[in-house]
Amino acid sequence: MSVTPDDRPNGTDRAVRTVLAEDGVLLREGLSGLLERFGFTVVEAVGDAAALEEAVHRHDPGLVVTDIRMPPGYSDEGLRAAVRLRRERPGLAVVALSQYVEQSYAADLLDSGGGAGVGYLLKERVADVEEFAAQLGRVAAGGTVVDPEVVRQLLRRRRDPLERLSGREREVLAEIAEGHSNTAIAQRMHLSEAAVGKHIGNILAKLDLPPDDGLNRRVMAVLTYLRGA
Amino acid sequence: MPDERPRSLLKAMARPGYLLSPWPLRALLYGIATPLSALLWGVPLVLLGMPWLILAASIADNAHGASPAPGEVVLLVVSGALLLATAGPLVAVPGAALERLRVRLVDDRPLPTPHREPRRPGLAAWFATRYTEGATWRGMAVLVLTALLFLPLTGTVGMLLLLGATMAGTPVLVFMDEAPITLGPWVVDTVGDTWLPSLAGAAVLALGAYFGGLAVAAQVELVRFMQRDRGEEALRAELSEVTRSRARLVDAFEAERRRIERDLHDGAQQRLVALSMRLGLARLDLPEGSAARESIAEAQEQAKRALVELRELVHGIHPQVLTDRGLEAALPELADRCAVPTEVSVELDRRPPAHTEATAYFAVAEALANTAKHSGAASARVHARLEAGMLVVEVADDGRGGAQAAEGGGLTGLADRAAVADGRILLSSPPGGPTLLRLELPCP
Repeated sequence: MSVTPDDRPNGTDRAVRTVLAEDGVLLREGLSGLLERFGFTVVEAVGDAAALEEAVHRHDPGLVVTDIRMPPGYSDEGLRAAVRLRRERPGLAVVALSQYVEQSYAADLLDSGGGAGVGYLLKERVADVEEFAAQLGRVAAGGTVVDPEVVRQLLRRRRDPLERLSGREREVLAEIAEGHSNTAIAQRMHLSEAAVGKHIGNILAKLDLPPDDGLNRRVMAVLTYLRGA
Repeated sequence: MPDERPRSLLKAMARPGYLLSPWPLRALLYGIATPLSALLWGVPLVLLGMPWLILAASIADNAHGASPAPGEVVLLVVSGALLLATAGPLVAVPGAALERLRVRLVDDRPLPTPHREPRRPGLAAWFATRYTEGATWRGMAVLVLTALLFLPLTGTVGMLLLLGATMAGTPVLVFMDEAPITLGPWVVDTVGDTWLPSLAGAAVLALGAYFGGLAVAAQVELVRFMQRDRGEEALRAELSEVTRSRARLVDAFEAERRRIERDLHDGAQQRLVALSMRLGLARLDLPEGSAARESIAEAQEQAKRALVELRELVHGIHPQVLTDRGLEAALPELADRCAVPTEVSVELDRRPPAHTEATAYFAVAEALANTAKHSGAASARVHARLEAGMLVVEVADDGRGGAQAAEGGGLTGLADRAAVADGRILLSSPPGGPTLLRLELPCP
């Protein structure tokens, strides 16, 4: 196992009690196995949004991992259930998985509960099992994780001011959106921590954002900016 | 050069040799057949019209003080109308067919059936078609007009011809010792006296041949007019059916796209995700740097690439975001994918029907693809709004213009898509630009 130390949920119980909602049996079982292997406790795995809400009420978990598109309507039931649950329980961490990314879904999630303890990822990210587990851990610890694909979409939308960012700075920006700390970014990009800090300073300056050390607030600031809000 | 032979009674009568041609005889046969034919369809028709006949009779009686009660009048009118409306076509269809057949006696022009082929086999489809087409009810009108107008006319002509024949035949009658014969002012005693009435009789017969010919020709023209195959009517009916079936086809295609998208989502995508996850887990169990771990990593990479391709493919088939969130979310997303920076504004206070949304979405997709490919534009703008029951979508760019709807090109496809939804596409693209494409779709 090569979960980087800083990606571990700091100060949280490793055995995060988790409710899993996914209508595909194959994937549900696979995800259960993955979560258990990385130290999460799957208290219940369900197949639709109504069952998800019931299970959360029953178990009061620390983390919900849910598919967005589920029965009965095969629309965005999972997302709506997640947003409802977060309104009811501000502390509940939620990771929504989707077959494709759609920023308006991301926006709904990020707007719930101030964006803390929220993740929005493409389903196919589960292939990188370690990274995926680390991302779940970060969300469970109150962090924010947004799929790089969303960031890419947002970058495309707000292209003018972002022209000012260098290629490296954009890469760092994507890492920030994924909720990584400076240390983790440095490791992942094979840079020194000081260099990462400098890039981040540049990014925040170029985007007229206040410098901030809090991981979560940093992600939110960047995303808020990108969404043009 | 011999004239072309006349093909109708009217044409034949216009010629000098009419009296000596077979045409008067043909007209005579037709005239004789008229009461016989009328007997066949007239009796059931009179039975159906009986309530109205009773009413007419009682109103005629009214002159003698016996006025019918209002309730009775309503009952008779309604029951007559009901009888004719329900059973009328059963008489009118074969009756009119017989009348069309008789037309052949005096007319060599083709007169095909004006009735449509029922859409499906079976009695129900036959009834549905016959009761709803104009030809049936025009056939009924032919029968009624024949009974009220041409039957008496035929009788009159018959009397005239009988008179003429009698007068012309006086020499024979005298010869057969029937004398004296009183013919109006004349009393004929001997064969020698017969020259005047027989001459007059011949004149009456000739007159009858023309008068009767005219009467028959009028009847034939009426039948032909009322029972002609209304090409344009049939075409119109066919066209509206084609339009409907085209719309149905497009709907079916749309439903099929959704089904395929859903199948891929639930099937292949799900399986690939599960597969790549299993590969990821398997990799963890293998020693770092081992050949097995390398090849698992390679397999996982391939699965990932397949997933990305599949995701793009599925998105192109039918974007889920359009189903979930409508144009408001789907159009900006489309603009994001466009290589030309595109500004989107969507002002819709409600969601249009799904097929309208899909048409608009794919139209904008096509338009933006064209912009990116051909226009050389630096920026584009998409604007969607509701305007007087219409969904109006405009796609504008500042490119070089000169866009045209080429055969089989994207723009033609756009226009076709719009036409199916009863909408239209307006394109303004002068050389040098700018290009403005406006899509209007009815949105009740």
